[in-house]
Amino acid sequence: MADVEKAPAEEKKARPEAVDASGHPWVRSIRAALPETVVSAKEFAGQVTVVVQKDAIARVARHLKDAEDFKYCVDVTAVDWKDRQPRFDVVYHFYSFSKNDRIRVKCGAASGEEVPSIASVFLAANWCERETFDMFGIRFSGHPDLRRILTWDGFHGHPLLKDFPLEGVDTGAAIYPEEWPEGGGPSQKDPNRKAVS
Amino acid sequence: MEQLSDEKISQAEKDEAAYFAERAKAGAAAASSVPVASGDHTLFDVQEMELNFGPQHPSTHGVLRLVLKVDGERILEAKPDVGYLHRGTEKLFETETYPMGIPHTDRMDYVAAATNNHAFCLAVEKLLGVEIPRRAQLIRVLLDELQRLSSHLVWLGTSGIDLGAVTPFWYAFREREQILDFFEEYCGARLTLNCMRIGGLPFDLTPGWTERVAEFVADLPSRIDDYEQLLTDNRIWKKRTVGVGVISAEECVEWGLTGPILRGSGLEWDLRRARPYECYDELNFVVPTRQNGDTYDRYIVRVQEMRQSARIIRQCLEKLEPGEIRGKVPRVIKPPAEEVYASIESPKGELGFYCVSNGTNKPYRMHVRPPSFINLQALPRLAKGHLVSDLVALIGTIDIVLGEVDR
Repeated sequence: MADVEKAPAEEKKARPEAVDASGHPWVRSIRAALPETVVSAKEFAGQVTVVVQKDAIARVARHLKDAEDFKYCVDVTAVDWKDRQPRFDVVYHFYSFSKNDRIRVKCGAASGEEVPSIASVFLAANWCERETFDMFGIRFSGHPDLRRILTWDGFHGHPLLKDFPLEGVDTGAAIYPEEWPEGGGPSQKDPNRKAVS
Repeated sequence: MEQLSDEKISQAEKDEAAYFAERAKAGAAAASSVPVASGDHTLFDVQEMELNFGPQHPSTHGVLRLVLKVDGERILEAKPDVGYLHRGTEKLFETETYPMGIPHTDRMDYVAAATNNHAFCLAVEKLLGVEIPRRAQLIRVLLDELQRLSSHLVWLGTSGIDLGAVTPFWYAFREREQILDFFEEYCGARLTLNCMRIGGLPFDLTPGWTERVAEFVADLPSRIDDYEQLLTDNRIWKKRTVGVGVISAEECVEWGLTGPILRGSGLEWDLRRARPYECYDELNFVVPTRQNGDTYDRYIVRVQEMRQSARIIRQCLEKLEPGEIRGKVPRVIKPPAEEVYASIESPKGELGFYCVSNGTNKPYRMHVRPPSFINLQALPRLAKGHLVSDLVALIGTIDIVLGEVDR
C-alpha cells in the first residue's frame, strides 16, 4: 500500500502517528451535506477515521454511498471501552471502488442505547449488525431481523463485553453439575484449570 | 452404426451451446421471480413445508444448518443458522499477546491457514509500522499462493463430489497432498500452519524446497487441464451449474460478496491488484473474470485463478534471493494506542483484521472480517426459486468454511 514510504533498512523508521484529518475531502463532504454530525476525524497509517453522531449514522452511510461512491460495506463491528462514557464505539468500514480506498466511520453508544441500523442502506450490514448485537448487546433500531447469530437464542450475556468472564457463564446446560461448576468454566478436577479474567 | 458426419457433430455442438446459453438466461429469470405457491397445481395439493438441511449433512461442508421453506422441491425461502462452531476466537485474541494470536487464526479458515496468518500479521505490522524484508515478502506470497491452490483444490474436489462428479476429487486431492507436503517441510504442520510471524517468517526455506515447488508448479498446468477435461465441457456438470445461482455484479457489491463470486459476476476486483500488499505489485498475473455470474462461471474463475497462482509462484521462485527473513521487531510487541484495518485477498474473498490497541502487549480488540461469513449471507438470495438439489451446488460455489463463519 502506498501509505508507507519505503525507507532504507539502516535508517530507524519512525512509528506511524495519527494526524488530524478534518480537512480531508470526504470529511468535508460529510460536513457539508450533514452539518453538525462530524465529531472528529483523524488519519493513521493512511486510514481515515471519522467519528460521527450516533443518531446520524444511517444518514452518513447513505451520504457516503450515494454521494461519495462508497458502495461496499466491508464490515460493521464494535469496541467495548468498559470505563469510558459512552461505553461503546460502533465501527463501520466502507470501501469505494472508484477511489480504491476505505473509510472508517465510528459512533459512540452508551450501554443500552440503540444505534440506527444501516441494514436498509447496505444489505451486507445485516449479519454484521446481528453479530455486533450478539457479541456486545448493542441494539440496532430498524434492523429487519435482530436476532443472535453466533450464540444461540436464550444465551445469557454478550461474550465480547470486557466484563464477560473468559471461562464462560452458566448457560443452563448443566449436564454433569457434580463435575462442571455452576456458572460455567473448566471442570474442578481439570489439572490445567486456571482462573482467568 | 451410422457414422456421424462433421456437420452433424458441429450442429450438435452448436445446439448444445445454444441450450446452455438459454439455460444461463433462464436461471437469471428463475432467480428474479420467485414462484408463489398457487392453486395451479393439479396433481398434488400445494403444501409449504419446512425442511431442515443440516447441521449434520455432508454437503454443508461442516456444521451449517439451513431452515428451508419448500414447495415440493422448489425453495421459497432459505434461512441459514450458523454458530455451531463458535469458539470465541475474537475473545481469545484479547486475552493473549500479539504473537500468541497467530495460531488461533489457523483455526478459522482451516483449509487456508497461511492466508489467515498473513492477514493477522499484516494488521499488527501496519500498527507497528514495521518493514518486512524482501525475502520474507516473497516467501509469504509463495505460501499464500500455494495455500490458494490447496484451498481451491479442496473446493474443486468437494463441490464436484457434491454434484456427483467423484473423479476430480481424487485428482485434486492428489495435488493438494503434494502442497501439504511442502507446508510440512517448511513449518512441520500440514493444516494449522502457524507459518508467519509479526515482522516476517519463523523459518527460512529448507534446502531443495524451491526446486521441488518449481517442479510441482511446472507440472501443475497439465494437471489443471486434466480437471478441466473432466468438468469444463462435461454436460452433466454444466446442467448442474449453468444458470444456477445467478447474481449480478451490482448485487454482489450490495451484499458485500468478494473473491471469486464477485469476479464470476464480471467485476475485476482483487485486493492483490487493487490494493497490493507485500510484493504483488511487481508480479505479473491476470485477474480472471466471467460475465454470467452463475455457478459455472465461478467454477471457471477459480480454475483460472489456480493457473494464475502457479504463474505467481514461478515468478516468486525466480525472484527469490538470499536475505533476512525477519524485520526489526521489538522483543515485546507493544503497538501504539491506535487502530488499523488490514485485509488481504484470501482464497474466499476479502479477509480483514481490524485491530485496536491500547498500548499494551495484548490487542484491546481484534475483529475479523471473514469472507465466508459475509458471503454466506447471500445464500438465501441465491437459493430463492431453485431446487433443493441446486442448494448443494450453491453451498459449494460460495466456498464456505464454517470455522471462519463461526470463529
